[in-house]
Amino acid sequence: MPQEATKSPRTATHWMGRLHGMGPVIGLVLLLIAGTLLNSNFATLDNAMNVLTRTAFIGIIAVGMCFVIVSGGIDLSVGSMAALIAGSVIMCMNTLGPMLALPVMVVALGMALALVLGALFGLAHGLLITKGRIEPFIVTLGTLGIFRAYLTYFANGGAITLDNDLSDVYSPVYYASLLGVPIPVWVFLVVALLGGVILNRTAFGRYVQAIGSNEQVARYAAVDVDRIKILTYVLLGVCVGIATLLYVPRLGSASPTTGLLWELEAIAAVIVGGTALKGGAGSITGTVVGAILLSVISNILNLTSIISVYLNAAVQGFVIISVAFMQRSKR
Amino acid sequence: MKKLTRRLALTAVALAALATAPSFAQEKVVLGVATPAATHGFTGGIVFWANQAKKDLEKAHPGLQVIVKTASGAPEQANQLQDLQTVNKINALVIFPFESASLTKPVAQVKSKGVYVTVVDRGLTDTSAQDAYISGDNTAFGKIPGEYLVKAMGGKGNIVAMRGIATTLDNERMDAFNAAIKGSPDIKLLDAKYANWNRDDAFKVMQDYLTRFKQIDAVWAADDDMAVGVLKAIDQAKRTDIKIVFGGAGAKGMIKTLMDGKDPRIQANVSYSPKFIYDAIKLTAEARLKGEKLPATYIIPSVLITKENASQFYFPDSPF
Repeated sequence: MPQEATKSPRTATHWMGRLHGMGPVIGLVLLLIAGTLLNSNFATLDNAMNVLTRTAFIGIIAVGMCFVIVSGGIDLSVGSMAALIAGSVIMCMNTLGPMLALPVMVVALGMALALVLGALFGLAHGLLITKGRIEPFIVTLGTLGIFRAYLTYFANGGAITLDNDLSDVYSPVYYASLLGVPIPVWVFLVVALLGGVILNRTAFGRYVQAIGSNEQVARYAAVDVDRIKILTYVLLGVCVGIATLLYVPRLGSASPTTGLLWELEAIAAVIVGGTALKGGAGSITGTVVGAILLSVISNILNLTSIISVYLNAAVQGFVIISVAFMQRSKR
Repeated sequence: MKKLTRRLALTAVALAALATAPSFAQEKVVLGVATPAATHGFTGGIVFWANQAKKDLEKAHPGLQVIVKTASGAPEQANQLQDLQTVNKINALVIFPFESASLTKPVAQVKSKGVYVTVVDRGLTDTSAQDAYISGDNTAFGKIPGEYLVKAMGGKGNIVAMRGIATTLDNERMDAFNAAIKGSPDIKLLDAKYANWNRDDAFKVMQDYLTRFKQIDAVWAADDDMAVGVLKAIDQAKRTDIKIVFGGAGAKGMIKTLMDGKDPRIQANVSYSPKFIYDAIKLTAEARLKGEKLPATYIIPSVLITKENASQFYFPDSPF
């Protein structure tokens, strides 16, 4: 009986998710056609891999963000968090470098630190929001400033740069490919699949959606609301950690501009992907499509020169609003 | 409007008269420094050099107090100006305006209270709001790379360019660059896109340039932060057609690469050191201590940096 009871809403949300997913998919297809018409190099494998690789950072963060938004929360600090984690990881690896003989060990420790820091920052957010009873908007607005200020402080206003030897050992994590597909794209795929399974196929995922649609009802239904909420922020923190792991080997440095406005890109990807900002229901597939859509726009703008460079941001805005509009009429 | 300006001017005169009376008693210069916060390498350098100036100058002159404030936006900087004037009672100000137009009135206000104002780099829209103006040479910043590339490429080849953030300063550089390559019809500027003086953005823009253009001979990255992203993108694509990557502003990492000859693509740079804030503070403080004025405009020249003179532009302690 309880199985049946959970089954029907699940199928319902599944169909809802599909319908919501149509807007961004249509938008993306239209953009792909436009891109191919505008530049013959657009539809090449190399370009597709470039775009997917650079989407990986925002995409991975957006998957975590999807959980937080579905549960009715928000996190404005992810860009600053990524920057601070990147800076801390680089400093830690530079310090450990001369002490440990094996550079691979140093890199592995650095990567572990990224995940631990992400989880800890997420835990701090979760505790402040649930036990401290402060609005998520306010908590993460506060940490947005705190994280970036500490990075700027550690970097002494400039950049924190990874040692060259370590950089060589670490760079394959970003630049290498497996079966012709760059590593970041694989990681993105795995995170997205795991995210989809967790959101749609586990009790935790159902609780997240229940809390987002009505927190009081979820509380009466004996859902441990605080614990679930804390976990969504920890999950997002870990996603930011994973994204940073891929980011650091790209340019091997962190500066006060690292991750600037990533929070808005991640939130935009989730919302364009059909998740309601007020929470309750959401789709990982939509989020992934949304993230890809956002990077395809800037890719097309870079590949063409028909629109004044001053209007790039306007084009992005128009596409985002049109996609959201398509979703609205599909509902 | 005119009335207001006149009234402001009158108040200024009145206040200046009042202010001079006690200033005979104590020869103290309280100098406020307002700069943008360290949000990228260059402004990081600005903040570093401002604090360096405070340290050096306060040590050298006991009668001098320097207060450094950094702002992350134009409104915040305007508020800081008010605080500097009412709370800290400054009598000299060195300001690197966050934006030209929106800071003009707030600076005029401060000047009208009898504070001596030196404006650095980003100018104000009304020059009567300042006593002196010190800046780097943006025209040369665009002209020198343009001329260098024309010569190095033998007057023939394809260039892609990267721009900073859409500002008048960026337009000035781009116009000067265009003018410098205009006389060489065989030099083709394929495109110029904004990469916001940012490594990540430059990496992406360069990836897309590489997809789009099969033959690129040189890149004018117009900033060393952007040059770092450009080099990474070229390495990743394993492209060998690009012979020169011209950055700009002389970041210490790039100058080091240039000195050591580590990367054949890095052959030259153009100076636009954030150290000019140090010079501006020093010039203003020393002039005010003597009760003197500065020349109305002072342009710190941008010069071509090559392997030969690179060591003069290498500041290993600076964060930039």
